[in-house]
Amino acid sequence: MASAAVPQTDEHVFAPTGALTIARAGSTQRELEATPDPLTIDLAGVERIDTVGAWLIHRTVRDRGAQVTGASRDTQKLLEQVAEADRAVEVKPPKSSGAVAELGIAAITIGRTFAGLIGFFGASLIGFASVITHPKRFRFNAVVQQFDVVGVRALWIIGVMSFLIGVVVGQQGAVQLQQFGAEVYTINLIGRITVRELGPLMTAIMVAGRSGSAFAAQIGTMKITEEVDAMRTIGVSPVEALVVPRVLAAIITMPLLAFWAMLTAIIGGGVFCWLGLGIPVVTYVQRIAEVVPASDLWVGLIKAPVFGFIIALAGCFQGMLVANDAEQVGLKTTSAVVQSIFLVIVLDAVFAVFFSSIGWL
Amino acid sequence: MSERRYPFPDSSPILPDDEHPIIRVRNLENRFGDQIVHEHLDLDVRRGEIIGVVGGSGTGKSVLMRSIIGLQKPTAGEIEVLGENMVDRPEDEAKNIRRRWGILFQNGALFSTLTVAENVQVPIREYFPFIKGDLLDEIASYKIVMSGLPENAGGKYPAELSGGMRKRAGLARALALDPELLFLDEPTAGLDPIGAQAFDLLIRGLQQRLDLTVFLITHDLDSLYAICDRVAVLADHEVIAVDTIDRLLQLDHPWIQEYFNGPRGRAAAAA
Repeated sequence: MASAAVPQTDEHVFAPTGALTIARAGSTQRELEATPDPLTIDLAGVERIDTVGAWLIHRTVRDRGAQVTGASRDTQKLLEQVAEADRAVEVKPPKSSGAVAELGIAAITIGRTFAGLIGFFGASLIGFASVITHPKRFRFNAVVQQFDVVGVRALWIIGVMSFLIGVVVGQQGAVQLQQFGAEVYTINLIGRITVRELGPLMTAIMVAGRSGSAFAAQIGTMKITEEVDAMRTIGVSPVEALVVPRVLAAIITMPLLAFWAMLTAIIGGGVFCWLGLGIPVVTYVQRIAEVVPASDLWVGLIKAPVFGFIIALAGCFQGMLVANDAEQVGLKTTSAVVQSIFLVIVLDAVFAVFFSSIGWL
Repeated sequence: MSERRYPFPDSSPILPDDEHPIIRVRNLENRFGDQIVHEHLDLDVRRGEIIGVVGGSGTGKSVLMRSIIGLQKPTAGEIEVLGENMVDRPEDEAKNIRRRWGILFQNGALFSTLTVAENVQVPIREYFPFIKGDLLDEIASYKIVMSGLPENAGGKYPAELSGGMRKRAGLARALALDPELLFLDEPTAGLDPIGAQAFDLLIRGLQQRLDLTVFLITHDLDSLYAICDRVAVLADHEVIAVDTIDRLLQLDHPWIQEYFNGPRGRAAAAA
């Protein structure tokens, strides 16, 4: 064996010396590939070998039928061990089956989610019905707490947002209307668009981002920590305890927030008209009262609770879908926001068609 | 080195200097605010042994491990691992020492967005970027098999694995770079007795085959009896004794007596 430590000159012999470890895996692999068949591997010069080195030898023996000589007992043992661990392991996750199949899967997922949402809608109606028939089960404190979280704490941000929207609508409208010398109609634009559309819609988007996501995250976390299961075993219905208060709070606070948004947007528009267009505040208020019909207010205030209901429903629904691991909480929270904003905009379009067909133009 | 008195001189946590311990901790002190976790803690770990670390809740077993592997900067003291000083080492030097050990965290700590095989490949890609393609996949494969996972586990995501499989996958990742030293934080916690026993045997087998030194934090008395060469007992802010279980049993210390001679301890000894 001692003679093998001398570097071999035979081109069919690969005789590494020193350490045959992961750090030298690259060069070892290249040298092995450069040595032609029939190959003999002489390990007498190896002082240290790890499993990666042993694996490189093993795969060469396996694939090219190489002969191994000069292996010490420890090296031999290691070679046997990696050989024993040589099994066909699936390394990649199962492949998806192409674009068409993926489209189909996506369609099925969307369909199932929608069906699930409708089912959840039914479940929450049952929850409401049982709370109405058994008023003692109504969780007054939970509802009040949700009022605070969803409504009162959102006043500031929704106020600032709507004020700025009023300013922007006024400014953009004025630029266009000035071309016809009709800048006084900016007031009509501000009044009607904020009361009828932007007030409820922007409030809904803000509530979806603030509270819809919070509902999904809270309920999702409770699912993971098995609090929801614990509730069930104690006999408390999670729909009554978690969903009903949140949905109720959203239904009641949304029109209030939407009204607040309309008001601040009109104030924002008024500030712009006063400072930017020189329209006196008194004139502005008078004009607003003249040009905004009561039906616009009703349109806005009818839409708002429906939006609130959809947002809370989607948030709670996605929260309830969380299972297994913490990563899902993040995914479902995102879904809750996306789903609720999407549904709000779809419903807004439906409402637009509906109200114009009943003559509330 | 200052001579200190240990409560049990025959089971002292310090080895003779000529043994060249693989881990050498001296005068370690860890405190969080007013709370003292370790004070004057000494510990030597012999190369090639499985050392079990036991202690009641809050005695700082995990903090000790985190100090040794550099996740927790000690308030004072010296830590040498593999002959290298670990305290206040610049990041790039520490990185090269770190690759010589593997760590299995309590719940596996697998990267949830990667498959098991990809998890095993992370350390290899990080330190040896020239290993690519088939070879990289093959290395991950045999590590997965060696850790006792089934062949179809490589392509699965951590969320799809059971608790026991997750620990095995974590072990496969810990073994990715052929470490000399393996840290295990309660590897059998949360496993059923059969799974725990299988995991014990796996660790013992790997330790013998791959010449590993294993630093094992555990509460599992069965593991201690089954696989540990020596056991270090943490109490009163320090390692009060390190020895084989038989010899620890002779020591007159209330916690040791209660731990090993309680009903569970006796049941484990009988097994």
